Amino acid sequence: MHLETDVLIIGAGGAGMYAALEAAKAGASVIIADRSLIGRGGATVMAQMTVAAALGERAPDSWEYHLSDTLAAGRGLCNEDLARLVCEDGPHRIREMDAWKVGWARDGEHIAQVQAPGHDRPRCVYVDVLSTGPAVSKTLRTQLIHAPDIKRVGDLAIVDLVVEDGIVCGAVAHHMPTGTPVTIAAKSVIIATGGLTRLYRRNSASSNMGGDGYALALRAGAELIDMEFVQFFPIGHLAPRLVGMDPIMWDPFRYKLGGKLLNANMREFEDDYATKDKRSDGNYVLTRDLATYAITSEVAAGRGSPAGGAYLSFQHVPEDVLRKNFGPVIDKLAANGIDLTKQNIEVAPIAHYHMGGVRVDTQMRTGVDGLFACGEAIGGSNGANRLSGNAITEAFVFGALAGVEAAKYAKANTSVWSAKAAAPALDLLGSAVKDSSHNLAERVVALQALMADKVGPFRTDAKLAEAIVEIDAMIAELGTRPVSSAAAFDTVLLDWLDLRNMLLVAKSVAVPARARTESRGAHQRDDYPGLDAAWTINQTLSLQGEGFKLDRLVPNAKRVAA
Amino acid sequence: MKTKLEIKRGAPGETPHVQTYDVKFEAGQSVLDGLRMIRRDTDETLAFRFACINANACKECMMVIDGDIDYACTTRLKEGVMKLSPLPKKALVRDLVTEIAPPDERLKITP
Repeated sequence: MHLETDVLIIGAGGAGMYAALEAAKAGASVIIADRSLIGRGGATVMAQMTVAAALGERAPDSWEYHLSDTLAAGRGLCNEDLARLVCEDGPHRIREMDAWKVGWARDGEHIAQVQAPGHDRPRCVYVDVLSTGPAVSKTLRTQLIHAPDIKRVGDLAIVDLVVEDGIVCGAVAHHMPTGTPVTIAAKSVIIATGGLTRLYRRNSASSNMGGDGYALALRAGAELIDMEFVQFFPIGHLAPRLVGMDPIMWDPFRYKLGGKLLNANMREFEDDYATKDKRSDGNYVLTRDLATYAITSEVAAGRGSPAGGAYLSFQHVPEDVLRKNFGPVIDKLAANGIDLTKQNIEVAPIAHYHMGGVRVDTQMRTGVDGLFACGEAIGGSNGANRLSGNAITEAFVFGALAGVEAAKYAKANTSVWSAKAAAPALDLLGSAVKDSSHNLAERVVALQALMADKVGPFRTDAKLAEAIVEIDAMIAELGTRPVSSAAAFDTVLLDWLDLRNMLLVAKSVAVPARARTESRGAHQRDDYPGLDAAWTINQTLSLQGEGFKLDRLVPNAKRVAA
Repeated sequence: MKTKLEIKRGAPGETPHVQTYDVKFEAGQSVLDGLRMIRRDTDETLAFRFACINANACKECMMVIDGDIDYACTTRLKEGVMKLSPLPKKALVRDLVTEIAPPDERLKITP
């Protein structure tokens, strides 16, 4: 099957859907494709609470204060022009979503704004109760349905971008329900595939977040930036077993109710790891990178909880207060056998977000003509550590911008679609052999374990070197010929295609992580503790033949973070 | 703990067959956990839908579990035997996967 469009958008989370809306508004025809269903996969639907924007509804605020906090969290590596876009345009998008009836929680007549770690004032909006992501996804999908000229296609896995003479002109895809190859000619393509958290054993990702977009971008000739910075969310749910809930659900509880983080001796330990600054608010002492460090260090010192994390206690909060704030959630917890008034739960760091990604300019252009990227899939705006609440905001802002710019590009250029350039990806799919003896699902699990153990939040040269050798061995073992099991919903072929991307992306994290001989933000080296001012640089990475080309840049920073 | 998952399998045009998998599990684990363990440990060809992995956010893992339509991610594994089959009123894709997206969000391809 062959499709044609002005703009192809890969990924239907918050960024992709916003891009589609703005591209259509600019008069372009749009195909938005997702390997899950539209508005159901990706990270957006999983978001439970905070979205940061300087609305000034509860306390006077300005985008410049938000920017100052964003740059401080980024530990000197933010691309300031990109971070500024998020902070400056964020309030406009939050109010646009409000007009689309997303249902931001109200505090009297005002949109409610809560305090989150790293912010100098209450700045984060949300939808009750723990419904931010589903509400955002649903609102954007409703807008898509009513927009002209947007074709929504679920169950479509993009295999490769098609590049003709250095210009991206479309993509080759695998139609999951039938196994049919699909070619899509597009004048411009937007990567909105989110992050790579599926690479890790414990993660808060959707199953389609194995970093496809990074692999697509690399193979098309684009550059990645800051790939060594993977954000671990410090208090991901660990025990007892909890189903039907996002593992990052405890954050909103802490925003609203406090919550005590305790070690095995039932002692609060966050203060031991705090660098005192004005961003401590009493409820929250540590930013995400420091909290991850604190919990992991307590476990390493033999003071962890039984399941290998820390205790989180809400036993000081009266039952009626718990119920008033989180009623429906308290019922879900009861169904899981958890009573917060009587017991502590256990939490531990969990892979949550990727700071790194496709390198873009302020028009969301990659270095490859016709190729744009947005949302979590891009790198640069968050530096070494993302400020809490900025992920959904950047999805809106960068998504909208990418949509406008990709539409503009599509109008100014004619299609350079080339069936010949699409042939290698079609041949790859066509070469698949029936074989289900490899158990690739187990290899995915093995890769997740390898990444968690050797390319996790705490790294050493030895562990990273081993990881690179093992990833290379897995790449060799996977081979260049896909395997398949069935025509319809071919789980074996999908695992093969996923592993092809995941292994490339895993290596693109491990290689710059090994090169960065310091500790900064989300990248912590046991063998190089402490920040090294000489490493106030961004690393970029591109494919060169069979290997990676690693380069260094001075960060685009104009102001000094307050 | 142990359970047997009896899963109705097959693609359109094939005679459906029931395949039984022995699954070891820990208290509190979900049917979706069990299905993912089957793929990891014994049969990677088994097809079922999910995106959000046990958060009950994506609503993709709906199927018939012991006669009732339910989410695999919020239904717990229990000892004994559990019967799983695809949604009865949706077009079958394969095994436990059905066409659950609205028609205008699908490509119309006749295999």
